[in-house]
Amino acid sequence: MVIQTSDRRLQVYGALLLLPAAVLLGTFAYLPTVATLINSLFLPGFRGAPPEFVGLENYALLIEDRTFWKVARNNLLYALGTIPTAIALALGMALFVNGRLPGRGLVRMAYFTPTVLPMIAAANIWMFFYAPQIGLFNTLLGTLGITGPNWLGDPSVALTSVIVMTVWKEAGFFMIFYLAALQSIPPELEEAADLEGTSRWSFFWRVTFPLLMPTTLFVLINALINAVRVVDHLFILTKGGPNNATNLLLYYVYENAFSFFDRTYAATITVVILLVLAVVATIKFRVLDPRTHYQ
Amino acid sequence: MIDNNSQRIRLEGVSKTWGNVPAVDQASFEVMRGEFVILLGPSGCGKSTTLRMIAGLERVSSGRIHIGERDVTTLPPGDRGISMVFQSYALFPHLSVADNIVFGLRSRKVPKPERRERLDKVARLVGLETYLDRKPAQLSGGQRQRVALARAIISEHPICLMDEPLSNLDARLRGEMRREIKALQKRLGMTVIYVTHDQVEAMSMGDRVILMQDGRLVQDGTPGDLYNRPATAFAASFIGSPAMNLVPLVDSRDGAIIDGELRCAIAPHEAAGCQLGIRPEDIHVQSATAPGVPAEVLDEEYLGADTIVRLRVGAQELRARLPGVTSLGSQTACRLQWIPAAAHFFATEDGRRVDLQGYDFAAACGRDLQQNEARTSTAHYGTNPPGVNP
Repeated sequence: MVIQTSDRRLQVYGALLLLPAAVLLGTFAYLPTVATLINSLFLPGFRGAPPEFVGLENYALLIEDRTFWKVARNNLLYALGTIPTAIALALGMALFVNGRLPGRGLVRMAYFTPTVLPMIAAANIWMFFYAPQIGLFNTLLGTLGITGPNWLGDPSVALTSVIVMTVWKEAGFFMIFYLAALQSIPPELEEAADLEGTSRWSFFWRVTFPLLMPTTLFVLINALINAVRVVDHLFILTKGGPNNATNLLLYYVYENAFSFFDRTYAATITVVILLVLAVVATIKFRVLDPRTHYQ
Repeated sequence: MIDNNSQRIRLEGVSKTWGNVPAVDQASFEVMRGEFVILLGPSGCGKSTTLRMIAGLERVSSGRIHIGERDVTTLPPGDRGISMVFQSYALFPHLSVADNIVFGLRSRKVPKPERRERLDKVARLVGLETYLDRKPAQLSGGQRQRVALARAIISEHPICLMDEPLSNLDARLRGEMRREIKALQKRLGMTVIYVTHDQVEAMSMGDRVILMQDGRLVQDGTPGDLYNRPATAFAASFIGSPAMNLVPLVDSRDGAIIDGELRCAIAPHEAAGCQLGIRPEDIHVQSATAPGVPAEVLDEEYLGADTIVRLRVGAQELRARLPGVTSLGSQTACRLQWIPAAAHFFATEDGRRVDLQGYDFAAACGRDLQQNEARTSTAHYGTNPPGVNP
């Protein structure tokens, strides 16, 4: 009896310790999620009428929405275009600045600078790079006698342009994580491998890369979330155009909610995004985690 | 598989400087085939740097390194035919014990069946058969040490370098591993260069000990040489526990005396200004009425097998190691004796050994000044222990 009460008191104590975090998370994460889920089952009420419960009708609409599929496809291409490139670049830069080279601190800072810039500011810089007549790229190409494309105006190039900018912005950020992980690898490991005549390439794939797996996993999840979450640059660069060629899911949600005032449809798309993200993250952890060595 | 000469390591005036700071200064020595050589010295003396230069992990600032007939000074580590055991073991944390051991064989593209065969053999040799599937994190310190050893052995390189391999183990395990490493080295006929700051490891394992201080070689000899004939005051103070007593000698009428103790000359006049080195275990404590150097007992420290007695002689302090429980009780005055061969002399300026022989004062000292006077006149260059002369 006594043991039970003390046990219960301990439980209450523990629950109280969790309470502040739980309240914040509940208010700002779980409650909105549930509200979104509920919202997605209604049609918006017009002229003051209450919203009308329609069940899964929004979802049926979504499946037939060709714009949604196009945006989803864009986002998939965007993710496939940005994530592997940004990670590979980040790893390459980290390996480079982890070695002995003159002005190492300066190079590190240079690589990290894009991350420090706000997305909006970065997008404005790239706006100037991409501008069709006076832009940096086309001016450079012009001196070589090549007429550059309309980087952001041509539907066949626009998404790639957005991807390039995102890679530029993200690689530096991921580099910091790789750099930290690289510095935690004891230098004797490479020395021990050197004594056996292990080539650099072989050492990288047999030792460095596996030891970086926890970081890669972390960066991978973050990159995936960013691919869906960060759309600030679209506001500056393309506004999703031309003809939705660069429209991404979250921007489409924004358009639906605040341009077309169809908030329940926006909620529906949000739910789908959440589901997809959850599924992909689970798969990543399931597949990669058991193969990852944590120190 | 390898001719005799290929295992000989020769360093010629090898130096290493970091910026302007010399870490190793003109190190020259030779290690013969099958020899177990210890690089001994306090931390920062350049012993690890020397080892790393032999391994090729550190660039040589000047001088040449030869292994066998080859000049390996500029060769990359992998081409030198050397294996190495690191202080931190340098095991790959994500690989199993088996993969760690055969890591180098895979780098050298040894075919799989041969890899397995060699792994089996080596695992048996170091007693790791049942641990091959584990990760290093699941092993104890001693087992990790064995994996590191196994990785060095399996390469079948004739030369193995060890950089303080036992310093991360507890005292009991260290003793065990000491014997094991030594036995393995003998059995496999490896040439080993072993870096340590632990004199016990140096004395018990080494065929030869190279003592270093401030980047220079101080003494190169057998453990017996180092103990019995230390080349400098530093060598004398580094070997032995407790360390050799070093006290300044000053001149007096009868010969050199321990500073402050006028009654007993212990060495010829030439020794004045030198330091006297005397091992604690060479000092015999006698009663106050016996002949010898008058001393006063300060305190005693009982250590089980023996007792360390702190003594005051003149203005100096000496420590003596006496076997068993030697309670001198309340008696504080006593006399000290040692045989002339136990006394070492070192120049004060550079600490170099001075070849002098001390007096055999045990018979006469402090008894008869007349006798002393007669005796000192016959003392010449310490070749003749005057104390025993009539």
